[in-house]
Amino acid sequence: MTEIVRARGLVKRFDGLLAVDGIDFSIREGECFGLLGPNGAGKTSTIRMITCVSPVTAGQLRVNGMDVTTDRRRIKATLGVVPQDENLDPDLSVAQNLAVYARYFDIPAAVARARSDEILELFQLTEKRDETVDNLSGGMKRRLIVARALINEPKILVLDEPTTGLDPQARHLVWRKLRKLREQGITTLLTTHYMEEAAHLCDRLVVMHLGHILAEGSPQDLIERHVGGQVLELRIESDGDHADALAALRDRADLRLEDVDEAVYAYSTDQNWDPVMRDVASFGKAARLRESTLEDVFLQLTGRGLDE
Amino acid sequence: MGVSYRSLRVWQRNRDVVLKLWFAELAPPVLGPIMVITALGLGLGVFVELDGEQDYIEFLTPGLLALFPMLWAMLDCGWGAYGRMNMQGIYDAVVATPLNVEDVIAGEIFWGATRGAFQALHILIAALLFTPAYGLIDSPLVILVLPFSLLYGMLFGAMAMSYTSVAPSMSSYNFLWAFVINPMFWFGGAFYPTDRLPPWAETLAQFVPLTHVVEINRGLVEGELQWSHLGNLAVIVALTAAFFSLALWSMRRRLVK
Repeated sequence: MTEIVRARGLVKRFDGLLAVDGIDFSIREGECFGLLGPNGAGKTSTIRMITCVSPVTAGQLRVNGMDVTTDRRRIKATLGVVPQDENLDPDLSVAQNLAVYARYFDIPAAVARARSDEILELFQLTEKRDETVDNLSGGMKRRLIVARALINEPKILVLDEPTTGLDPQARHLVWRKLRKLREQGITTLLTTHYMEEAAHLCDRLVVMHLGHILAEGSPQDLIERHVGGQVLELRIESDGDHADALAALRDRADLRLEDVDEAVYAYSTDQNWDPVMRDVASFGKAARLRESTLEDVFLQLTGRGLDE
Repeated sequence: MGVSYRSLRVWQRNRDVVLKLWFAELAPPVLGPIMVITALGLGLGVFVELDGEQDYIEFLTPGLLALFPMLWAMLDCGWGAYGRMNMQGIYDAVVATPLNVEDVIAGEIFWGATRGAFQALHILIAALLFTPAYGLIDSPLVILVLPFSLLYGMLFGAMAMSYTSVAPSMSSYNFLWAFVINPMFWFGGAFYPTDRLPPWAETLAQFVPLTHVVEINRGLVEGELQWSHLGNLAVIVALTAAFFSLALWSMRRRLVK
């Protein structure tokens, strides 16, 4: 598969802050690629360099075979950008928002009209086409922003936290539409800190933290590699329990323990859990073996503390 | 990266918004000039005595043709631009497309100039309505005020945009009002001949960009152009070029991080 985005030694620095610290990654044509990380990881800075709105400090970054330092306009013409913050034209109607946006790409008005009819249909906004944007619900605005990003038939759709702040219904609707777009072969790049979203949508992803890439792979791959298929979770009631739990598990060399205030987690990448479960049987229901998720990988890699 | 034809797209975007809200957008520029000419020209004017034959209402017209376009260009590239940039996120949305920051800012300034010219047109229409009775306009040269108003609309738009490029908040526009707009409004020679001011203030008035605009407008309205008007024009062109470049440069500094 061809690489549609290729970053080598990519660095972003502003005002003395090193936001992206020499990362390498490639996005393949047609895949959905995720950038995961806590706030301040460098996700948005990376996205802003790819979308040519923020200059690269050092390193190489090619998008669609073009260099972001020299071919900005041409690259931007091939991208559909869904920003983190809503920035629709509030005074204009839904249809006018699309028409005005299409004009920025020099798309002839008749073509823009035909496309926007199609896109509004896809995003279930046809009935709202003459509604002023200010009167739309949050979920509808979000859908319209994604719809707007498709008006130039982009090769890459770039979404910066596309479902932050949406209720579950609206989020699932956006996910369905994004999956549908991927089926049509559009390359998707998204940042998120919803692990469920990443697991749901991404073929491959990288976990970023403090400007570095900590891990890369498919969601399933990352889970197996970093936390194994299952996680043992011990809910702790008292300090005594805490010590007991650690004592029961500490001697097993093949377990990796994580000690958090109210719980102990045990990870293993190739574990027969039966003997371990016998050791912790005294904890009763407080000991639970469950499927591991991307969230476990994420917390394992980026830590449980707040960086802000 | 420089300005391209794509700045027109920003101009079109602003036009579309105004057309959508046309009723609210049209009332002030249409009604304003009629009220001002009536109030100041006919009401106040009878108490004002000028050197020579001229009535105050005649003296006032070239000034109004400069003042109100200045206000509209500054409102649009000041308060309006700040709202589009910081509250509506329009600039962020636009620079994600093939347009760059310079296209956006140039388009905004062209739009500010257009609003200025639109206001000049309505003052001119109002002045022509009063002309049969009060002789406000003396020369067909006055038609040149319209293309000229695009130029000084750009000047005042670029001045306001330069301020927007460093404005920390909406409330900080009070400084633009207090230190730029108000002095130009009152000391730009629109309401009275600046030679009636004390000498220090008269000198100061020469540094007010609006003074040069009023001078040229006066020549066009009265049909008496002089060589000195070329000097006024040179000052306006130079200031426009300077503030236009400043606005582009400073906005890139603000927006591209």
